[in-house]
Amino acid sequence: MVVGLGHYLAVSAILLVLGVFGIFLNRKNVIIIMMSIELILLAVNLNLVAFSAALGDMVGQVFAMFVLTVAAAEAAIGLAIVVVYSRNRGSIEVEDVTLMKG
Amino acid sequence: MLTVIAVFFPLLGAAAAGLLGYPAGDRTSQVVSILCMIVASLAGVTAAVLLGVGVTHPGTIPIATWISAGTFKVSWALRIDTLSAVMVAMVTTVSMLIHVYSVGYMAHEERPCWRFFSYISLFSFSMLMLVTANNILQLFFGWEGVGLMSYLLIGYWYYKPSANAAAIKAFVVNRVADLFFTVGIALLFFQFRTLSLSAIFAAVPEHAATEYELFGSSLPVLDVIGVLLFIGAMGKSAQLFLHTWLPDAMEGPTPISALIHAATMVTAGVFLMARMSPLLEYAPVALGLVAFIGGSTSFFAATIACVQFDIKRVIAYSTCSQLGYMFIGAGVSAFQTSIFHLLTHAFFKSLLFLGAGSVIHAMSDEQDMRRMGGLWRKVPITYAMMWVGFLALAGIPFFDGFYSKDAILEAALSTPTGIAFYAYVTGVVGAYLTAFYSWRVLFMTFHGISRVEPHVQEHVHESPAIMTVPMILLAIGATVIGFALHNVFIGPDWRSFWGTSLFTLPGIHPLARMESIHGAVKWVPTMVAFAGLGTAYVFYILRPGIPAWLAEHFRPVYLFLVNKWYFDEIYDAVFVRGAFRLARLLWQVGDVTVIDGVPNGIAVLATDSSAEVVKLQTGSLAQYAFAMVIGVVVLIAVFLLFR
Amino acid sequence: MIAVIGFYVFAVILLASATMVVTARNPVHSVLFLILAFFNAAALFLLAGAEFLAMILVIVYVGAVAVLFLFVVMMLDINSAEMREGFQRYAPVGAVVGLALLAELALVLTGWHFAPTALQIRLSPTPPNVHNTAALGDLLYTRYIFLFQMAGLILLVSMIGAIVLTLRDRRATRRQSIARQTARRPADTLVMADVAIGAGVAETGILRPLPPAGSEPAHGAGSGVADTTKGH
Repeated sequence: MVVGLGHYLAVSAILLVLGVFGIFLNRKNVIIIMMSIELILLAVNLNLVAFSAALGDMVGQVFAMFVLTVAAAEAAIGLAIVVVYSRNRGSIEVEDVTLMKG
Repeated sequence: MLTVIAVFFPLLGAAAAGLLGYPAGDRTSQVVSILCMIVASLAGVTAAVLLGVGVTHPGTIPIATWISAGTFKVSWALRIDTLSAVMVAMVTTVSMLIHVYSVGYMAHEERPCWRFFSYISLFSFSMLMLVTANNILQLFFGWEGVGLMSYLLIGYWYYKPSANAAAIKAFVVNRVADLFFTVGIALLFFQFRTLSLSAIFAAVPEHAATEYELFGSSLPVLDVIGVLLFIGAMGKSAQLFLHTWLPDAMEGPTPISALIHAATMVTAGVFLMARMSPLLEYAPVALGLVAFIGGSTSFFAATIACVQFDIKRVIAYSTCSQLGYMFIGAGVSAFQTSIFHLLTHAFFKSLLFLGAGSVIHAMSDEQDMRRMGGLWRKVPITYAMMWVGFLALAGIPFFDGFYSKDAILEAALSTPTGIAFYAYVTGVVGAYLTAFYSWRVLFMTFHGISRVEPHVQEHVHESPAIMTVPMILLAIGATVIGFALHNVFIGPDWRSFWGTSLFTLPGIHPLARMESIHGAVKWVPTMVAFAGLGTAYVFYILRPGIPAWLAEHFRPVYLFLVNKWYFDEIYDAVFVRGAFRLARLLWQVGDVTVIDGVPNGIAVLATDSSAEVVKLQTGSLAQYAFAMVIGVVVLIAVFLLFR
Repeated sequence: MIAVIGFYVFAVILLASATMVVTARNPVHSVLFLILAFFNAAALFLLAGAEFLAMILVIVYVGAVAVLFLFVVMMLDINSAEMREGFQRYAPVGAVVGLALLAELALVLTGWHFAPTALQIRLSPTPPNVHNTAALGDLLYTRYIFLFQMAGLILLVSMIGAIVLTLRDRRATRRQSIARQTARRPADTLVMADVAIGAGVAETGILRPLPPAGSEPAHGAGSGVADTTKGH
């Protein structure tokens, strides 16, 4: 049996949903949320690459590269924010992050 | 020219008294207003005499344009003809005498009275505008003007709640009548395309057959208009059903009862009927209604007057009754008799009111006749004046009322319709009752044993000259005008006197028909009047116990009369309570709940919903992330469903 | 055949490690599982024919991002004990939302058809007989050069941002400023003064209140210490 586009897409979909689960089932700390976001981005990349391979179009891979770049940048900034926040508030538990209340 | 002076000098006096009253003081305003009235009176009488003898001729004096809106033009103008000249002369003279009388009457007031003089002068001006109007809108201006002044004057002592209530009642009842009047004016305009009386009167014959189609039945236009105008007159002249304001109007100072509710304002309704005679003659239904109401009122008011104890109220109901007579005259197309009775009535009724005022003044503001009695020695002049007035009122021969009232009754008798006969019968019964209550007042007030309270008895004094002289002048009028002028007004030469001011359909005129009444029938009203005098003599001098006995044994009848046929109670229950209930409903439900509720409700909705929405902002990072994810899911779902 | 087996193996491990990322109790374990997930994803990329991307994934994601995560996790000293509480509260709603998302994705993907003209409207068809890397390079440096440079700028911005956010200015420590030390001139610290032989300190008028802190290169003013050393 040949592994077709559908298989890749299925994996990508499940990975996406796992990432989404991770965002709101997580009550531990903010870093888990960041890792779940990385999982979501990974799922997107997998999706793009799968289509690129199926259609024979390089654009998918080019776009996946940019997604990767931005994900890395975003992870860096996000973690910097987490570090500073932790320095100021002393804890990074999700339930304690309520400063945006307005 | 003279008429212009007669009409506008009162306005000048009113303005002077009103504007200068506060700085210049009472005396100045009194003098100014009286002087203006004297000038106006002289001008008015002279103008009437000149017109009567034929030196001047009827015509119109234009003054200014009022409204000019496309084809709708209304201008201020004075119509000079016999009718208006007679009215102007009467109004200015009586008003002038009352101005003088008021100086004495209001002398004991604590507060300044320049306002009073300003008001009565202004009232005179409005009345004069009414009677000289060449245009129904100008007449309505005068109509409303006298209504307003009546309100202001009835409520002159504004610190008395009863006076305020009476003033409001007068105004509101008049307003109800004016609604019909206004509809009548509107219909006049729609029918004739103009409001100028000259134009309307010229065009009336063409519209005699036009009819309105309403609810499947056809109504003649002129009848409808006539009825509507008459209902307006009913309110102004306190006829049956719209009479409730007149007795209460006695809350005002007595001079104004004399001026407004005897001589002038209440006669405006009769004047309207006479003025509109060219139109009314083509409206037999309206005339029939006029006669019917007039007859009923003359009977109804006389019955109530027989049991009232307030001296002013008796005279007020007497006015109501006499106005009924005038409408009888108008209803049988004998407008001339109507106006003649109006003229004589002005004199003797205002004399009676002034006399009553003099009595009240003497009695230190006591108005209840049960606490009077045996006064004739103390106040001889007043006593004599009241005698003259009542003689004229009752229709005793050679006094005014004899000529005018009998003429009306003869005209009614000679008219062959059923309603006219009904009016005649009620008129005769009314005459009997009139004589009865007149002498009832005289005997109760001036004769018999004194029931006056001691501390009042000490102060009983005759009124000063400034009050008695006008009364004497009015008494002269009440005596003389009758036999001096009856030939002019309703005698064989009446056509040349009246000219075209009063119109009757071609055919036998009621005044001509009256000639056919001879013999004993002619003297019925007089005999009835003497009978009334006799009855009063028996009841109040010979056997004073009879009235009380009658009251006790015919208690329901007595209560019915004392409570004014329960009209006030019925109106209160039906209209007043109903209006209040409706107003309360509209206020609490309509205004507060619905109209206020909508914007308030929107505000509350905005505040509440924003309070609910604010709860979304918990500040919790996890919940925000949660919300975002849910948003994504929802958007994808929307996209899937509607792509 | 092997490709199929490989695909399934890698896919299963990928999904399993993704689950463990979310549910692991120890945050360090979460990071490690994330790394495992990245490796397997790279393998899947390889199977799909995107070699360059697979290697980049390993280098960038695993080598940089995941290591960064590990650093932060370990630096922040997260208390791994209080994790379990609250997990169950949102489970039902979360499960519903997640399953809804899964259902939607399934609907989308199963209802998908390629347009008949799909192959004609490809933006950049894969050139045959060229390395994946070479092909990617051809595209990136020609057609998408602008985006490439922008990506570089984004990385620059994020780098500066991270430094700006976390830089702490410690005023408590004393540091040497070598440049200052070597740039000091004798004239800034030494003053020559004439003293009569045998004169006492008080008479010479050299004892005076010291100038306030902060160097003042005023001639004739000096500190007593410098003076005595000069005297001999």
